[in-house]
Amino acid sequence: MSAAVDTETLGPVPDGFDRWEVEQFLFREARYADESDYDAWEALWTDDALYWVPAGGADIDPQRQMSVIFDNRARIATRLKQLRTGKRYAQAPPSNLRRLITNIEFLCGRSTSDGGVDLEVGANFMVVESRPRGNTLWGGRTTYRLRLQDGSLRMAYKKVVLVDNDKPLPTLGFLI
Amino acid sequence: MTSVIDTDSRYDRLIKRDRVHGTLYTDPSIFADELQKIWYRTWVFVGHESEVAQPGDYIRKRLGLQDLIMTRDRDGELHLLLNRCAHRGNQVCDDAKGNAAAFRCPYHGWTFRNDGKLVGFPFFKGYGQRKLDVAMGRVPRVDSYHGFVFGSFAADGPSLIEHLGAAAGEIDRLVKLSPEGRVELTAGWLQHRTHANWKLLAENETDGYHPQFVHGSIFGVTGSTIGPLYSDASTAVTRDLGNGHSENDLRPEFRKFGEPMRWFGTTESRVPDYAAAIRAKHGEAGEEILIEGGPHVMIFPNLFIAEIQVFNIQPVAVGECIQFSTAVQLAGGAELNRRMVSQCIGSVGPAGMLLADDTEMYERNQAGLESLTPEWLEIRRGLNRERVDDNGFTIGSATDETGMRGFWSHYKSLMEKQ
Repeated sequence: MSAAVDTETLGPVPDGFDRWEVEQFLFREARYADESDYDAWEALWTDDALYWVPAGGADIDPQRQMSVIFDNRARIATRLKQLRTGKRYAQAPPSNLRRLITNIEFLCGRSTSDGGVDLEVGANFMVVESRPRGNTLWGGRTTYRLRLQDGSLRMAYKKVVLVDNDKPLPTLGFLI
Repeated sequence: MTSVIDTDSRYDRLIKRDRVHGTLYTDPSIFADELQKIWYRTWVFVGHESEVAQPGDYIRKRLGLQDLIMTRDRDGELHLLLNRCAHRGNQVCDDAKGNAAAFRCPYHGWTFRNDGKLVGFPFFKGYGQRKLDVAMGRVPRVDSYHGFVFGSFAADGPSLIEHLGAAAGEIDRLVKLSPEGRVELTAGWLQHRTHANWKLLAENETDGYHPQFVHGSIFGVTGSTIGPLYSDASTAVTRDLGNGHSENDLRPEFRKFGEPMRWFGTTESRVPDYAAAIRAKHGEAGEEILIEGGPHVMIFPNLFIAEIQVFNIQPVAVGECIQFSTAVQLAGGAELNRRMVSQCIGSVGPAGMLLADDTEMYERNQAGLESLTPEWLEIRRGLNRERVDDNGFTIGSATDETGMRGFWSHYKSLMEKQ
């Protein structure tokens, strides 16, 4: 699923990524997730997407250790299809959500298997989730890998490290 | 008002053959009673030996409300120590896991060997001696079966093998899936905080009535073959294994198809090395193992083995518990192990496409039980067609509440003991 990870190499922050555009992209991704706009959110991903929420630390091996979420593109599609049925009870009705993204940093470039270079961006976040069970405050650090594809930004990778991923977590039914 | 001498026990009044009272899930005094009579008395699943494979390895665990350290000492023996200094009660271990010959309390420097014995304390002149007859607390009885570690706070009582009874055979079935006859639980545990009474989970694990409804959303979009296993037409059976244990025996359905690896949602051609290894080890019986797959068994009070995943349920309060879940890893089953981790991540834990929906039901159930009437929960489904199998076990159809009745019968017997 993440064989590509081994072949990628780190480099300097690549040219061609405008800071304002990148920030707008991240805010848009956050808004689609907050508003459970599954179609718009899904359209942000590349075909080699990886959506990862590790458990029990930030740097576990997702092939051998349990993660909260470790979705390739096909599994992202399955997850969203399940949500769209309206009978994904962990998210029916959908949570009321608003999140803040801050401390946005351009971290590095990562070469991809087809010779391009993705921009790696780090950011901190907080989400307030309201559900019948009560409110939950989620927080952590997200690492994104963004790609310029036909002149527009796409997301190839989103890793969400929750600050409390070593502790029991309540149900995480929404897109984090 | 007539005076009636009530000879029924409290639990006699709350637990009937066909229904149980709602307060069993909501009354804090019953929860306190359960801690003493179940969690701190009977055998409770704690973890797996593979989590502390080497001498000196340790890992933090829960048993009821107790914070435990499961250790393996230099002689290879397992211990379940209570994470509490014998001096002033401070916690001696912070890390989730590691390797250490001793634990040193940060408060006054008392040091305990990983078997719980006090090996040193600073400034001994204040005690007039170099040795004190105190040690860390421990779970008095620790035993394991195929590496599954259980603890019992009762110094005396039934042995682990007596407690497991017929459920031991289900763990045997799991282990047979390994070409080397050994399973490991080394993939780490997801921890899912659940705002519901622990018994709602224990009852649900072998409830074959709910899957088509609760999990219809994922079965539908993936074309899963699991749904029909739990239909009205299914030939699978629900079995009361005694001692509160129960299973959904899906083998009749898998035998009907006779397709190796169907139970794993794949075909033999996708995992040829694994299938060959099982056939090499078991000969003709290997075919049966490949067709029938793993068990789906709830072992009282807190171990649930669902084919490729293992759950450890631990209570927190009357309305809260934690589900720990992990993927089974088969010794000699490399071809399957990564798939098992991947499938398990997709299914279980806080974002799992199956278990998050189960958990939503548990939490809605707990909230619903705050309603004062109709007071009782039904567990009568299938009483009209219950039967006894060739081995003397009570069985019901795939969607019957036979497992729940077995659970409550054993629960009552434990809760009525002083």
